[in-house]
Amino acid sequence: MSMTSAIELVYREARLIDEKRFDEWYDLFAADALYWMPLSHDQPLGEAHTSLFYEDKLLLKVRIERLRHPNAYSQHQPSFCQHVLQQPAFEGEPGSGLCVLRTPFVYVEAQRDRQLMLAGVVYHHLVSQSGDWRIQMKKIELLNREAALPSIELLL
Amino acid sequence: MNRYGADPASIRGLVRPDCIHRDVYLDPELFELEMARLWRNAWIYVGHDSQVSTPGDFYTAQIGHEPVIMVRGADSRVRVLPNRCSHKGTKLVGATHGKCQAGVLRCPYHGWTYRLDGTLRSVPLKSGYAGIDSESADPLHGLPEINSFNYRGFVFARLAAEGVGFQEFFGDSLSSIDNMVERSPEGRLEVAGGVLRYLHDCNWKMYVENLNDAMHPMVAHESSAGTAKRLWSSQAANVPKPMVIEQFAPFVNDYEFFEKMGVKVYPNGHSYTGVNFSIHSNYSSVGEYERRMIATYGEDRTRAILSESRHNTVYYPSLTIKGAIQAIRVARPIAVDKTVIESWTFRLVGAPEEMLVRTATYSRLINAPTSMVGHDDLHCYRAIQEGLASASSDWVSLHRNFSPSACGTGEFGATNEAPMRGQYRAWAELMTRGGTAAA
Repeated sequence: MSMTSAIELVYREARLIDEKRFDEWYDLFAADALYWMPLSHDQPLGEAHTSLFYEDKLLLKVRIERLRHPNAYSQHQPSFCQHVLQQPAFEGEPGSGLCVLRTPFVYVEAQRDRQLMLAGVVYHHLVSQSGDWRIQMKKIELLNREAALPSIELLL
Repeated sequence: MNRYGADPASIRGLVRPDCIHRDVYLDPELFELEMARLWRNAWIYVGHDSQVSTPGDFYTAQIGHEPVIMVRGADSRVRVLPNRCSHKGTKLVGATHGKCQAGVLRCPYHGWTYRLDGTLRSVPLKSGYAGIDSESADPLHGLPEINSFNYRGFVFARLAAEGVGFQEFFGDSLSSIDNMVERSPEGRLEVAGGVLRYLHDCNWKMYVENLNDAMHPMVAHESSAGTAKRLWSSQAANVPKPMVIEQFAPFVNDYEFFEKMGVKVYPNGHSYTGVNFSIHSNYSSVGEYERRMIATYGEDRTRAILSESRHNTVYYPSLTIKGAIQAIRVARPIAVDKTVIESWTFRLVGAPEEMLVRTATYSRLINAPTSMVGHDDLHCYRAIQEGLASASSDWVSLHRNFSPSACGTGEFGATNEAPMRGQYRAWAELMTRGGTAAA
C-alpha cells in the first residue's frame, strides 16, 4: 500500500466533511471503525469514561441521517465547517497493511453570525482492505476538551 | 435600571399562578438579584464527597457568582469554604481539584495559610499585626465556613447565614437520591467517567424547567432519536438491540407514554418525573449486577429498588439527577443568557463495570456538546431567549392542566406543567425572603 495514498486519504477525509459529502465520507471507514473524541487528557480507550464522540458506524449513520432530517431544528440555519490541516506525519513505522498518521489541525464551524474555532491533533489508524486504505480509528484530541464548549454541530 | 431590587412586590408580580413575566429570563437586573438572593437562600449542589476522598483533597466550584472550595478536613469532615483569602481576596485555590500541600490552604500571593477547617494558621511576619485588635479585624478570623450538608455523599451549601434547613428544604424529594445510592450493592456512589461541560447561551431556568417537560421529546428529538429508531427498525427482531438504540428510542415514545409516567411535585420547586415508569425502565439488565444486588438486599428489596425508575428529579434550583442511570446535571449560571451545564456520572460501588458503561454512554449521547439530542434542546432554549424579545406579550404560559383550586403539589400526569408552576412559586419566595438575603 502506498504511503502517499494514506496521506491523501487524511486530506480527502477532511474535505468530504467540509463539503458535506457524508455518504462518501462514511465509506472511508472500515466496518468496525471507531470515531473517537476523548473528553479528558490521557483517557483510556473504552466506554466506561465519557467521550465527546465515541461512535461506531451505526451512530455515524444516525448522525448523517439526522443532519438531513427535515426536523433537525438546530440545523434549520445550516452550519458549515472548514478543516485546516498540517501535513500528516506517520507515527512509528508504517506496516504493509496498517499505519497511523498524526495531523495537527484547526477546525472552524460557522452558523450565520456564530463562529467556533477549535484546534487539536487527529490520529488516523488506517488498515488496507481490498487495495484501499480504510479508517479503522479516527481519534481527535481536542486542545480545549476540558472547556465548557458550545454545541459542536458537525464532525471534526 | 433598578426596577426590582428595592421592591419585593414588583418581583412577586412577575409570577402568576399560571404564567410568568418574560423578564424572569431576560432582565439582567433580575439575574443579579437571583445570584444575590435565590442562589444564596437555596441549598446549592457543590459536589460529591467522593471527589474529595481523603483529608486534604479539595474541589472548587461556584455558587452563583461566588467561588467556593469543598475540602475534606483532617477530621475527615467535608466542609465548604469561600475560595477567597481573608487578606486581599485572592482566590486561594486555582485548580479545579487537587490535594492541599502540607495539609494547609496557602495563598499564592502573601503566603497566608489556613487549616482545612478554614481557621487561620499562619501569617508571614505576623509581628506586623501586633496590636491590631483581632476582634475588629475580620481577616484574622480565617475563612468563614459556609453552611453545608452532606446528604449520602451529595454536598450542598447555603450561602445565606440563616434560612430554611436542608431537610426541610428538600423534604421527601430526597428519596430520589436514596434510590440512586441504594442501586449500589455497597450503598455507595463514586464520581467516575469525567465531566461534560456544555455551554448554553440561554437562561438557566429554561434548562431546569425542561428536565420535567414531558411534552417536548417527541417533537424536539424526532430528528435524532426518531432517526436512530428508524435505522434500527429494519433489523431482524432477534438481533440484540445495541445499548445506544435502547437509550435513544424511548425519547420518541408517544404522548400517552409520557403522560402516564407521572410527575410528583414537592414544595420549594422540587419535583420528579417517572413516578410509574420512565424512558429508563426497559433497559436490558446486566445479570451479574442483579445477583450482587440480591446478595446485599435480598430478592424483594432489590426488586423494589430497581423497579423505581425515576426520569429526572429536580433539586431546585441547581441540581437535577437521573437516579436510574446514575447521571446528574448541574446548572451553573454565568449571566442572564449564559449557563454552563455540567454532567457528572457515577460508579455504583460494587457493581460490574458495564453499569458505568451504560451511565457514561447515556451521558455522552444526551448531554455532550456534541450530542444530537442536546443540539435540538439547546436550539429550543436559544429560540426562547431570542423569541421572548418580542413584546407581543409580556407573559409566558404555564397553563397546561392548571386548576385554580389545586394546591400545586402532589402527583399529576407528567405532561402537566405543575412542576414549572412549582418552580416559580419557589422562585418568588426565594427572591423575596426577608432577612435571609445577605446581599
